Amino acid sequence: MTALLDQAPAAPAAGDRRPPRRRPRRGRRVALPYLLLLPALVLELLVHLVPMAVGVWMSFRKLTQFYIRNWSAAPHAGFDNYRVMLDFDSAVGRNLLHSFGVTVAFTVLSVGAAWLLGTAAAVLMQSRFRGRGPLRAFFLVPYALPMYAAVITWAFMLQRDTGMVNGLLGRDGPDAPFWLIGGNSFWSLVVVSVWRTWPFAFLIVMAGLQNIPRDLYEAAALDGAGWWRQFRTITQPMLRPVNQVLLLVLFLWTFNDFNTPYVLFGESAPREASLISIHIYQSSFVTWNFGLGSAMSVLLLLFLLLVTAAYLAVTSRRRRIHA
Amino acid sequence: MREPRWVGWARRLVLGVLALFTGLPLYAMAASAVKPLGDVQRDWRWIPSTITFRPFADIWTTIPLGRYFLNSLVVSGAATALSVAIAILAAYAISRFRFPGRRVFSITVLSTQMFPGILFLLPLFLIFVNIGNATGVALYGSRLGLVLTYLTFSLPFAIWMLAGYFDSIPKELDEAALVDGTGPVGALLRVVVPAATPGIVAVAIYSFMTAWGEVLFASVMTDSNTRTLAVGLQEYSTEVQVYWNQVMAASLIVSVPIVAGFLLLQRFLVAGLTAGAVK
Repeated sequence: MTALLDQAPAAPAAGDRRPPRRRPRRGRRVALPYLLLLPALVLELLVHLVPMAVGVWMSFRKLTQFYIRNWSAAPHAGFDNYRVMLDFDSAVGRNLLHSFGVTVAFTVLSVGAAWLLGTAAAVLMQSRFRGRGPLRAFFLVPYALPMYAAVITWAFMLQRDTGMVNGLLGRDGPDAPFWLIGGNSFWSLVVVSVWRTWPFAFLIVMAGLQNIPRDLYEAAALDGAGWWRQFRTITQPMLRPVNQVLLLVLFLWTFNDFNTPYVLFGESAPREASLISIHIYQSSFVTWNFGLGSAMSVLLLLFLLLVTAAYLAVTSRRRRIHA
Repeated sequence: MREPRWVGWARRLVLGVLALFTGLPLYAMAASAVKPLGDVQRDWRWIPSTITFRPFADIWTTIPLGRYFLNSLVVSGAATALSVAIAILAAYAISRFRFPGRRVFSITVLSTQMFPGILFLLPLFLIFVNIGNATGVALYGSRLGLVLTYLTFSLPFAIWMLAGYFDSIPKELDEAALVDGTGPVGALLRVVVPAATPGIVAVAIYSFMTAWGEVLFASVMTDSNTRTLAVGLQEYSTEVQVYWNQVMAASLIVSVPIVAGFLLLQRFLVAGLTAGAVK
């Protein structure tokens, strides 16, 4: 990746051979990459970075509905918002803790299943067989579908009286189970989430498999290694860097998932399936207490940063040892 | 690679189950879209009692689907066009220049992808409302606000994918253009962009998909006039009395173009999406 223009800053060293009249252009060339980045930078600042800073500021304010119109006048709150939500004896703190627990369980189950299914399908589709191409395209359809269309279809399938799921289970009449309220709603959420995310895992693992040199397998086969041994000694270690990124991305997406529960359950998600994003959304827009909502968001961000940093530290070290 | 027989059986079993799991919702959507209303108001039926295309016509009057459609098209189209244009410029800078801050920029932009949307939803909402109050430029409740927001959602990935794509285009090509006397921007427009068309198309599809399917910000930032398909359909589907056959017809209408586009361009998109993860 040597750039054709990065000779420009180094040019003075060979300046004596260059005609002097080209000098003025050098200033423009130094500025050019920044000019090219400017639109992207301004928009990222406007929509992501400034709001994030404002969010941190908001979490230290008593920003209730009375101050929405004139938010700069919202009084200081110090750490009050944080104190309220981390007081697990109060209703606010208890609900937050519960929602956090639900989200952790949901994330572990959903990411684990999506990763397992995606890897199994990709590995089993590694060798050629009839119908492989069309099947691969078919598996990618859930990933390509607009997410709300897919989840709305699931909401229809999970209806108690008219849905496919109860039809499939042969359950009808007064004792048919509900899938969108009560304890079952958690499992509905997990299944819908896995349905939406496993094709992505499949896609990434498939791409990772394509990068494993064929001759590795041929050499192993010559040495008499069977299918399972080849899988354990070639496929698995060669996929490790791909899996490192894949699991992190799946974790962040799933942990922050707002869309799936929101479309599946509407404005009021059942308590058993109240993921952290939904919980923050509801506590912010139902009570219009933006200060408290922001404090929860900041805490969520800190948690995610901590987990990501720890994950990267552990997996990178393991990679180094294995390498 | 020679496989033992059990691998063949495991393949049939696992892929069969996965095909069923993937296919059932798709079947529910397609079959229910052609059912008469009576079929979706009692116990689940696998086969429609009669096949009717009425739901495809009726949904346009049950909810203002036409308006939602127009809003979604305008917002997603504008966000895609802007996102691709801005990403091309930024990706060219990252791919062809070495300058202080290059790495910091790449990492910062990419890491914004990782943050929970809920984190900047509240402040962004307040900022948009207050910009509107202060300057009269309506961002909250307008399509413009949504376009700006969606644009930044696809931008990091778009820059990343395109920078990777540009890296694969030989530098000799732009050097030839530079020798011919065009400036770096001319080289970008005349040489790099045409050579990167497949990558640019993939990025456009990705941006469009992102904007077309977004729910969280659309639910907060739009009013009844600027509702997008995502929020409009979601709202209707959680009402008490829902004509499910019509909802399934609408879901099919909004899905088919996207899925078809994705499958047609799958190869490019997959290459772009996975380039970073595999490197």
